[in-house]
Amino acid sequence: MTATKLIELAARRFGADPRQLKPADDMFETLGIDSFQAADLMTEVELEFDVEIPDYELQGIKTFQALADKIDARR
Amino acid sequence: MTEDARIGDVLGWTFQDGVYELTLDQAPCNEIGARMLEALEGFLDSITPNLDSAHALIIRSALRSGFCAGADLRALYRGLQEAESASGRRQLAQFIDRIHAVMDRLDTLPLVTVGVINGICFGGGLELALTCDILIAEKSARFAFPELRLGIVPGFGGIPRLKREVGNAVVRDLLLTGRSVNARKAQAVGLVSQLVPVGEGLTAARALAKQAAKFDPTARVAAKRFIKPLPRAELHEEKRLFLELASRPTLMEALKRFVESEDVRPYLP
Repeated sequence: MTATKLIELAARRFGADPRQLKPADDMFETLGIDSFQAADLMTEVELEFDVEIPDYELQGIKTFQALADKIDARR
Repeated sequence: MTEDARIGDVLGWTFQDGVYELTLDQAPCNEIGARMLEALEGFLDSITPNLDSAHALIIRSALRSGFCAGADLRALYRGLQEAESASGRRQLAQFIDRIHAVMDRLDTLPLVTVGVINGICFGGGLELALTCDILIAEKSARFAFPELRLGIVPGFGGIPRLKREVGNAVVRDLLLTGRSVNARKAQAVGLVSQLVPVGEGLTAARALAKQAAKFDPTARVAAKRFIKPLPRAELHEEKRLFLELASRPTLMEALKRFVESEDVRPYLP
């Protein structure tokens, strides 16, 4: 559920087709976003899901599903 | 009186109805290197003779990427690489002296200074923001002091200024983890005064500047001096500590990793 919402948010934010995005996709590669947009995505995620995720917990997190799991763990 | 000017291709400023608006405009995200420093010095030199006719300064970014991503690390890496190590250190010390002078001048201007923060406000960008009297953050804003991952501390006066604004626990959290926080958190800890939707920061800052015009200038300047003293001793100590840490090979190794990184998030602590 969280992964689906996350995909919808990312697709809306970066003008992608959510039907083309899968939970196992590498977010940054699939969306083709730069470092500034990656920071922007994290801000949107924190505000939308009402969570606070320190950057050091994001090391190695690349897929929508992995980030969704982190969001759920923080709620 | 209305004026507008542009310095180099890194920033522009206007003056209207007693309000200066300084707009940072150097892609990708207003990184502070030699050109930005020189432009900021030029801006301050231009406005200094006319401060009596002004009451406010708004500092903002023209770029969607953010307010300012901090020091130009790529230029710093190239500079230190090209210079002999003693000469590179001397140049770095001169740069730090000049940027401290700029930050101190901005900090103590006899105007109400308002920072409009959007997107990235990291490192030297946060240090610049912290010279302002009041910060208005758009919801996209994100703040961080990631310097420790480079083996250094903030070197533009950021630690004493952050300590002046918020509790020491917040300073330690930001500094010792290098993590970034969003605008909502920044407001909750007292760093940011107003949180506004994306694109509304300048409107809110102009309304604030208009309010500042209503007050007696002598009282306004006296109040600012009283409630926002310059932490001179700590600024001096931070500069010394920065230069001491920056003289170690650790900085060059970390800069090399940053410059060569293919990670989309090279700023992660």
